[in-house]
Order: sequence, then structure tokens, then C-alpha cells
Amino acid sequence: MEHQIRNFNINFGPQHPAAHGVLRLVLELNGELVERVDPHIGLLHRGTEKLIEAKTYLQALPYFDRLDYVAPMCQEHGYCLAVEKLLQLEVPKRGQLIRVLYAEISRLLSHLLNVTTQAMDVGALTPPLWGFEEREKLMVFYERASGSRMHAAYFRPGGVHQDVPEQLLQDIARWCETFPKVLDDIDNLITENRIFKQRNVDIGVISLADAWARGFSGVLIRGSGAAWDLRRAQPYECYSELEFDIPVGKNGDCYDRYVIRMIEMRQSINIMQQCLERLLSTEKIGPVSALNGKVVPPKRGEMKRSMEALIHHFKLYTEGFHVPEGEAYAAVEAPKGEFGVYLIADGTNSPYRCKIRAPGFAHLQAMDFMTRGHQLADVSAILGSLDIVFGEVDR
Amino acid sequence: MSNLQKLLQELQADYSQLFRSSSIRFGELTVVTDVDHIIPLLKNLRDDERFRFICLLDVCGVDWPERKMRFEVAYHLLSPYRNERIRLKLQTDEETAVPSACEVFPAADWFEREAWDMYGILFTGHPDLRRILTDYGFDGHPLRKDFPLTGYVEVRYDDAQKRVVYEPVELKQEYRHFDFLSPWEGTAALLPGDEKSDEPSGRGAV
Repeated sequence: MEHQIRNFNINFGPQHPAAHGVLRLVLELNGELVERVDPHIGLLHRGTEKLIEAKTYLQALPYFDRLDYVAPMCQEHGYCLAVEKLLQLEVPKRGQLIRVLYAEISRLLSHLLNVTTQAMDVGALTPPLWGFEEREKLMVFYERASGSRMHAAYFRPGGVHQDVPEQLLQDIARWCETFPKVLDDIDNLITENRIFKQRNVDIGVISLADAWARGFSGVLIRGSGAAWDLRRAQPYECYSELEFDIPVGKNGDCYDRYVIRMIEMRQSINIMQQCLERLLSTEKIGPVSALNGKVVPPKRGEMKRSMEALIHHFKLYTEGFHVPEGEAYAAVEAPKGEFGVYLIADGTNSPYRCKIRAPGFAHLQAMDFMTRGHQLADVSAILGSLDIVFGEVDR
Repeated sequence: MSNLQKLLQELQADYSQLFRSSSIRFGELTVVTDVDHIIPLLKNLRDDERFRFICLLDVCGVDWPERKMRFEVAYHLLSPYRNERIRLKLQTDEETAVPSACEVFPAADWFEREAWDMYGILFTGHPDLRRILTDYGFDGHPLRKDFPLTGYVEVRYDDAQKRVVYEPVELKQEYRHFDFLSPWEGTAALLPGDEKSDEPSGRGAV
């Protein structure tokens, strides 16, 4: 008897908990083996780049929180660096330290979510509950600095919006001491877990040459064996003055990427502690943003006394500042990889073009390449290890 | 001499026939090329042992409607060996197709699809030039400067038809754009009588 054999097409998503948002994957299956993956993205497309072109430089900033919404401040950081490059603004040391402190908090937010949900994708339910408890505490730190748990709009061109109270810094320092214990718990729970290893070791392997050619960056390129980290290779802010290690993987599989994220969290704590130490001692007082009144709005108290400050305030919140003609590309090491902003200024108060280079976009397009020949169940493991957030992929 | 200038000199020495002009600004190297030379340039930048720009980070379009060739395509490359970046730019229009970089860098695939979707820039030799970010069956290229911010259609779920329907955008209030540009700063033209003065005037005058 002759059987008619045909390939099977299934839809994965757009509403699937392991799709990490609104991803529609059209999978072509041969039995349980994946023959082809066609990701359909854009279901969360909001036209951020178009909207930014219609806003002033300051109004455009909050859109960046809404890209990768699990690590909002890292996106703001990229945008601020691009604007500062065009304006040739210098951020004072205290401002830089606060930025680095919060960029690392953002990294923890992102990695905590990713590591624990990756465990959930392969069947464990406890890690996300533990991870989210710590994320909640971090979001409180966000709120205490900026007034908002997620969409902070805290990094501004020139520095940060407001100074942080000393009590907050002390509370963050105290949290930094308790957090490694939680990390140990998660480590004990997942890292050596037999099921977790079975689902992740040797899954989604990508060689270093392929990873570079596909525009990979961040954890994914380090997982494949490159010691490449923008914080070290092309340091911005005061990263060159801080000490930290860069974990590098060997096998380029999902498990290596998981382990790198775990180690990076410990390194982030290390960086945060160095920042806190300086913020509480040598850099205890000082400006947190540039003193250029044409870009950075004046303090409230100053406005009440100085006519010039009042004029600046009025001009900055209606017209906004003008950025001289030119183009610049600024990149930061966001938790997910290289987040770049390509900004073209035409001399007016709003960007002429703002291209957002999201790391997740490049990573997701390699989904087809990485998944081919794997089992259907591995799709969610690979997707989890790519660390995709649709806010930034769809923009 | 900075590393970037050294890189530019090496490029000029061996590949000057592949690009038209180059500049260094804000510590970034920009090289302007054209449709015919982009692929050999990309290949050489990737394969030459001295450069090894093996990572294509980004391809994007820019719209300049007042120019004869209205679109610009910008490529951002990274060389982890030299720890340098380079930006390549070329000009094109609605009809002139740009050769696809997918053969050289697989990473170009989605970025070119995005440039097609957002600007309508054509790429020849692309394996699968479909729309990527916009809706299925979308019409137009939203990032063009002549595409309105509010778009043309809006969607809603129709309870009677039991499906999502598309309707022309209806605004209760016209979209208003405040450009806040000061007329005193914006004009570059000479004001009547200014030509008699020795002082420079208009934009750029301090």
C-alpha cells in the first residue's frame, strides 16, 4: 500500500505564550522536523520612526521606552548618545554614573525576564515567579528615580532628568547585596537541571562566522565565541573606568547563551556597585546633566529667579532645541545586543530621519536558518534564547 | 593620524574607483558610492584581509523628495577586527533598482525588505522582496515624506459583518503640525537693504 506523504504547514502564534509577543511563524513541517520557518512580523508596528519625524527631539524620546519595553532606559540611552554626538554635548560624571547604574538595572530587568521565561518555554514554571519578584523591586527603583515603573523618559540629551536621592542609592546598594542570593537560587534550580539541559544543549547552534554575517550582536555573538562587547570595545559614558568581565561561550547553542546571561547579571551587579560607591563618595555632589541652557531645561528654583532661565524653559518646551545639520550613528550594548540609532538632522527642531537599529530584528531573521532540521518543540527553545521583544522588532 | 583616517587612506589607495566621495565627521566614516559599485565595494570590504567588515549591521532608506534621485540607501558595517565602523551611502529613485546585498551578507534580507516596504526602494536579486512591517495588503510606502502621518485607512471590527473592515481615515479634527520654526532664524535670504551692509546676515550669521 502506498501512503501519500506531504509536508504540513502550521501557524505558530500570533497568540501563543512562547511567541513572546505577537509573532506569527508559518512552519513547514515534515513530521516533527521543521523544514522552513517564515516569521511574519509587524503585528505591533506603530510607525515609531514616522512619528519621531513629526516630533521635536525631546518629544521623540519617550517613544524609545516603548521599543524594548523590558529594558526601556537602554533605548533612551542610544538615542541620547546620538543627539549628544550631533550637539557635541558632554555629560558630567555624576550624570554618566547614574546612566550606567540605570543601564545595568535595565540589563538585569531584561535578562531576568529572558532567562526565567526561557525556562518556562521548556517547561519550568517556578523561575519566572522568582524572577518577576526581583524585577518588581527593580521597577520600583525606576519609579523612584523617574516617576514611572517602565516608560521612564529618564535619560535626556545632556544627562538625566533629575538627580537621585541618596536614600535611593543606599537602597539599591542594599538590594545589590541580597540579589546574588536570588541568582544562586535560580542557578540551582535551572542551570544543572536535566530537563533544561536536554532542551537547550546543542540546540540552535550557530557558528561565529554565520553569526557575524547575519548581523548578530550582544549575547548571541558572545555565545558563539566572540569576546565582543560594545561597553569594552567602543566604550561610551564611563564604562572604560569600570571593571567587569565579559563572559564568552564556546558552543553557540541555547544553553551557552543562557549561561552568559546568568554571568552577565552578576557582572551587572558588580558594575552597579562600583557606580554606587562613586555616587556615594567622590561624585556625591555635582550636576547630573550638561549645563548648556540651550539644550537642557533649567531647574525649577532657577526659573523662579532668573529671567533667562524662564525664557529657556519656555523655548525648550514649546519649540525645543535645534540640532545642527549632520548625521550620526550611536550604538549601545543593550541587553539584547547592539541597539543603534542613525539620526539625520537637518538643522530644525525635529529629526529628519531616525532609523532604529534593533538587535532583535537581525536576530529574528536568522530564525529560519537556526531552526531548520530541528524538532517542532525546539522552536520555542530557540526563540526564547534569541531574546525577542516585539516592541523593538516591529517598531 | 587616527585609525579612521588610516582606514580611509587605505580605501582610497586601492578602491578609489568604487566610490565617489568620502568624509569623516563626528568620528564616523561615510563613503558615497552608487548603484553599480555597491556590491563590489561590500565584497571587498568584507574579504580584504586589512578591513574585514564582516558584519552588516543595518540597511536603511532615507527620503529626500526635493532631490532628483529622491532616495538614499545607507549601509552600516562593522569590522570587529579593526574595531571600526563604516557607512556606505548611495542614491536611487523609484525606478532605479539597487542590487541586493543578500548574496554578500545574509543579514541584508529583512533590512532590504523593510526599505522596500517603508520607501518603495527596489532591490534586484533579492530572494523574497515582500512587505515586512505593514499590514497584509497594505498600499503605499509609509515612511516617504509625502505619506501623511495619519495614513489613509483605519480598521475596526464590524459586528454586523463579523470581520475587521478597512475604512478611510476620518478625523474629528484636522491633524495640525506645529513646526515652531522661528521665521527670524529660518530665512537665509538677504533682507532688503542688507546687501549694503558689510556684516553677514541671515542663517549662519553670528
